[in-house]
Amino acid sequence: MRATVNQDRRTFLKASAAAGGGLVIGFYLPGASGIAEAAAGPAKLNAFVKIGTDGKVTFMCSQSEMGQGCHNALAMMIAEELEVDFKSVRIEQGGIDPAFANPRYVGFRAVGGAQGTGGSSSVRNVGVNVRRAGAAARFMLITAGAERMKELRSECVAENGYVVHKPSGRKVSYGALANDAARQVAPDDPVLKQPSEFKILGKRTPRHDTLLKVAGKPIYGLDVKRPGMLIATVAKCPVFGGKVRSFNAGRALKVKGVKKVVQIGSGVAVVADSFWAAKKGRDALEITWDEGPMAKVSSPGMYQKWAELAKGPTAAERLKVGDVPAALAGGAKRVEAAYEVPFLAHVCMEPMNATAHFKGDSVEIWAPTQAQSWNQHWVSQLTGLPPKAITVHTTYLGGGFGRRLESDYVLDAVETSRAAGNVPVKVVWTREDDIQHDFYRPASYNVFEAALGPDGMPTAWRHRIVGASILQYFKTFAHFLRKDGLDPTSVQGAADYFPYDIANVYVDYVNNNPGVPSGFWRSVANSQNGFLMESFIDELAHAAGKDPYQYRRQLMAKPHAARLRAVLDLAAQKAGWGKPLPSGVHRGIAAHFSYNSYCAQVAEVSVAKDGKVKAHRVVAAIDPGWIVNPNTIEAQIEGGIFYGLTAALYGEITIRNGRVEQSNFNDYKIARMDEMPKVEVHILQGKGEQGGIGEPGVPPIAPAVCNAIFAATGKRIRKLPIKPEMLRA
Amino acid sequence: MISFTVNGKTHRVDVEPDTPLLWVLRENLGLNGTRYGCGVALCGACVVHVNGEPARSCTTRVSEVAGKKITTIEGLSRDGSHPLQKAWIAEEVPQCGYCQSGQIMSAAALLAKNKSPSDAEIERAMDGHICTCGTYNRIRKAIHAAAAMMRKGA
Repeated sequence: MRATVNQDRRTFLKASAAAGGGLVIGFYLPGASGIAEAAAGPAKLNAFVKIGTDGKVTFMCSQSEMGQGCHNALAMMIAEELEVDFKSVRIEQGGIDPAFANPRYVGFRAVGGAQGTGGSSSVRNVGVNVRRAGAAARFMLITAGAERMKELRSECVAENGYVVHKPSGRKVSYGALANDAARQVAPDDPVLKQPSEFKILGKRTPRHDTLLKVAGKPIYGLDVKRPGMLIATVAKCPVFGGKVRSFNAGRALKVKGVKKVVQIGSGVAVVADSFWAAKKGRDALEITWDEGPMAKVSSPGMYQKWAELAKGPTAAERLKVGDVPAALAGGAKRVEAAYEVPFLAHVCMEPMNATAHFKGDSVEIWAPTQAQSWNQHWVSQLTGLPPKAITVHTTYLGGGFGRRLESDYVLDAVETSRAAGNVPVKVVWTREDDIQHDFYRPASYNVFEAALGPDGMPTAWRHRIVGASILQYFKTFAHFLRKDGLDPTSVQGAADYFPYDIANVYVDYVNNNPGVPSGFWRSVANSQNGFLMESFIDELAHAAGKDPYQYRRQLMAKPHAARLRAVLDLAAQKAGWGKPLPSGVHRGIAAHFSYNSYCAQVAEVSVAKDGKVKAHRVVAAIDPGWIVNPNTIEAQIEGGIFYGLTAALYGEITIRNGRVEQSNFNDYKIARMDEMPKVEVHILQGKGEQGGIGEPGVPPIAPAVCNAIFAATGKRIRKLPIKPEMLRA
Repeated sequence: MISFTVNGKTHRVDVEPDTPLLWVLRENLGLNGTRYGCGVALCGACVVHVNGEPARSCTTRVSEVAGKKITTIEGLSRDGSHPLQKAWIAEEVPQCGYCQSGQIMSAAALLAKNKSPSDAEIERAMDGHICTCGTYNRIRKAIHAAAAMMRKGA
C-alpha cells in the first residue's frame, strides 16, 4: 500500500489490495480520516473502483442519484478509462469519506471540500477524479500484464477487460492481474484518454437503473428498515422561527401504537410503531407555540418593502461597466419595468425523511441526501461527536432539486433517535410538512431601466435585485456572503456572465428577508435572473421595433457570447423562427448561460380567451462543452424545461402571518401530462470546459414562454407565476 | 384481523381498520414499490389495483379491501417483463423513478380496458399522476408502445 501525491489537486491517488483479493483505487486527503486510516482494514475502504480477482469491476459512486443520471455517467467514465464494457461495471452507492469530496465545494474544509451533489457538478467536477482512478487502474494493470507475459510494456495495451500483447496477441484478464496490480505504486498523474480514443463517452448509453425503477425496487429513504426501528412525525411551528412554548402529549400517547412524545429542536416528535400511529398521534397533540416576530409578516408587506428598497440609496454593487446614469440621461428612448418572482417549493416526489440511530458515541444515518459532508458537519455540531463518528448511508433520492442539500430533516431524525432513547427512528415528513417547511427559491423584486440609442440598440442597462438570500440560511457557505450583504448565489445569472454587448451596465442587490427560509432550487438564482434578463431584453427588442431573436443575436457580438449565440441560432433555426405557425400559436425565445453550459429555447405558445396558457412545443439547443451521454442530456433538458414550466405556470409560495399558505398539490399545483409540451433537444458539441446538465435547461423556459405570451397578446408578464386573469381577452 | 389478497397471496393483518392500505403494504407487508407522495389522492404515486381497478392506496382504508384482490407493482410481473415495463425501459422513462410504480399501475389498468388508447385517452387516464422530473412525454410514448406490443400478443 503506497500512495502518490498529486499536489496541485491536493488529493492522493492510492492503490491497495481489496478485501478478499483484487485491486482497489481511491483517493485520500492529507490530514483527513478516511482511506489513509481505513487502509489498515480494507473492508472499510471507500474507493472509486475495485477490480476483483474474478475480473468484476465495481464502481463506488460518491455522488447521489436523484434522477439526473450521474451514477450512469460517472460509471461510463470509469469504463472508458479502464477499457471495459460499460455493462460489466457494477455501480454501488459509495459511503461517506473525506476522499469523496466534490472539488466544487472548496471552502467547506481547508482541503478538498465537501462530499455532495449539486450545482450540476458530478460529471464536470467529480468526473475528472473518477477518470483518474480508472486511468490509474488501467496503467497498473498494463504494467502487471506486461510483467506476467514477460513482454515490453510498450507493446501491451488494455482492451475489453484484458491486457493484450499486441505483437503476439497473447492476453491476460484483469481478474488474473488484479492482485499483482495492487502491489504497484499508483501513477502520479495517469494519462487520460483523448476524446478521439473514446469508445463509450459521447455514445448513447441506457441507464443501468431503469429495470429496478420500473419494478418498484429501488431503495429510497422512505424504504429504509432497521431492526427495532420506530417511525416518527414531527409537529413544527407553522410560523417560521416559532418555538414550542408548552405541549400536552396526553391524548397523543393514548393513540394505539404511539410509544413516545419528545421535544426536539424543530418541534415535537411523536414516535410510534407505524406511520399512521405517528400521524394520528401528532394530530392529537396539543401545542402552544411562541410564534415569534414572523407572525406579523405577510407576502404583500414583503413585496411592498422591497419595492421601497428598490428606490432606496443603499445597495451592494455587483457589476459596473461604463457610466449608467449618464447613458440613461442621454438615451434616445428609455424603458423601465418592475418584476416580481415568488418563493418556490422544491416538491421532490419523495417527501423529506431520514432514518437515524444515535448510539451515544456514534451516529448512523440513512438518508436520501445530496449533502453527506454537511449532514455529518451539522450532526457533529448537534451531538458534539467528531465527524468520523457519524456515518451517512445514501439511498436513492426520489427527487432532489437542491432541497436535499439541507440537513434539517436529518437533524430531525438524529434528535428524535436520541430523545427516544437511542433507538433507530425514521422521521417521515408529510407532503404538508414538505411544502410548509422548505428552504424556498428566493423571491425577489426587481427594477430595470434601460436607454436605447437612435438605432434602437441599448446603451445602458440598470438592474436592481431586492430580495431573499440563500447564504443567510446556508451557514457553511456564509463566508461567501459579502459584508455589504451581496449574496453571490442571489445575483447569479444577472451579472456574473453578461452576454449582451451594452456599453453601460450596472447591477446591484439589496439583501432583505424578514425570515422565510431560502435555499438552492434547481439552477438557483439563474431560475429567476434568467427569466428577468431574458424578459427585459425582449421588452427592449419590442421597444426598438426589432425581431427579438435578431436583436439578441446582434447584441451577442463579443467573443465571450459566441457559444450562447451559437445555441440561440441553432434553437431558432430548428424551431423555424420566422416561419408561419398554426393560427393562435406564437413563438418566444430566450437564452441563458449557467453551470458552464449554454442553453437556448424557443417556445410555441397559445393563450385561450379565458387566459389559459398552453405551451405546445419547445425547441432547445444546448452546448455542454462535451457530451458524456446524449440520452441523459436529452432527459435532463426535458426535465429542466418541465420543472421551469410548471413553476412558471403555477409555482408560488405565499406567506400569511408568518405561515405558508400552500399545503399540498391542490394549492401547490404541478402541471400534468396534458400540459407538457413536445420537447426537442439539439445538442451542440462545443469546444470548451465541461458544463453541467442537470440545471441549465431550467432558466430559459419561463422567459421563452412569457415572450411568446407577449407575441400572442401584447401583454408582458412581469410577475410570476403566470395567472390566467392577467391574460383574459 | 383483516384478510385480503396481495399479488396472489392471502394476508391477514392486525392493524387499525382506518390505516390506509398504502402503509399496510409498505410497513406490514414490506412491499415498498407503492409510494407515498401526498397522502390525499392528488399525485398518484400510491396507485395499486383493487379487484382490477386502479385505486389510490393512500386514501383507501385497509378495512375497505377486506376480502379483495390487490395487485401492486411487485405483482405486475415477476421480472419486469410486463409490456409496460419493457416499454418503460425502451423509452428510458424514469429519472428519479419515485412516481413510476403508480404511473405504470394506472397505465396497466387503462390498457386492460382500452387496447388502443389515443393521446387524449392516455392523458385522461394519467391525469391523476404527477412527475416532477417531467417524464410525461416518455410515459405517453411508452403506453402507446406497450399497447402495440400487447396487440401483437407480446
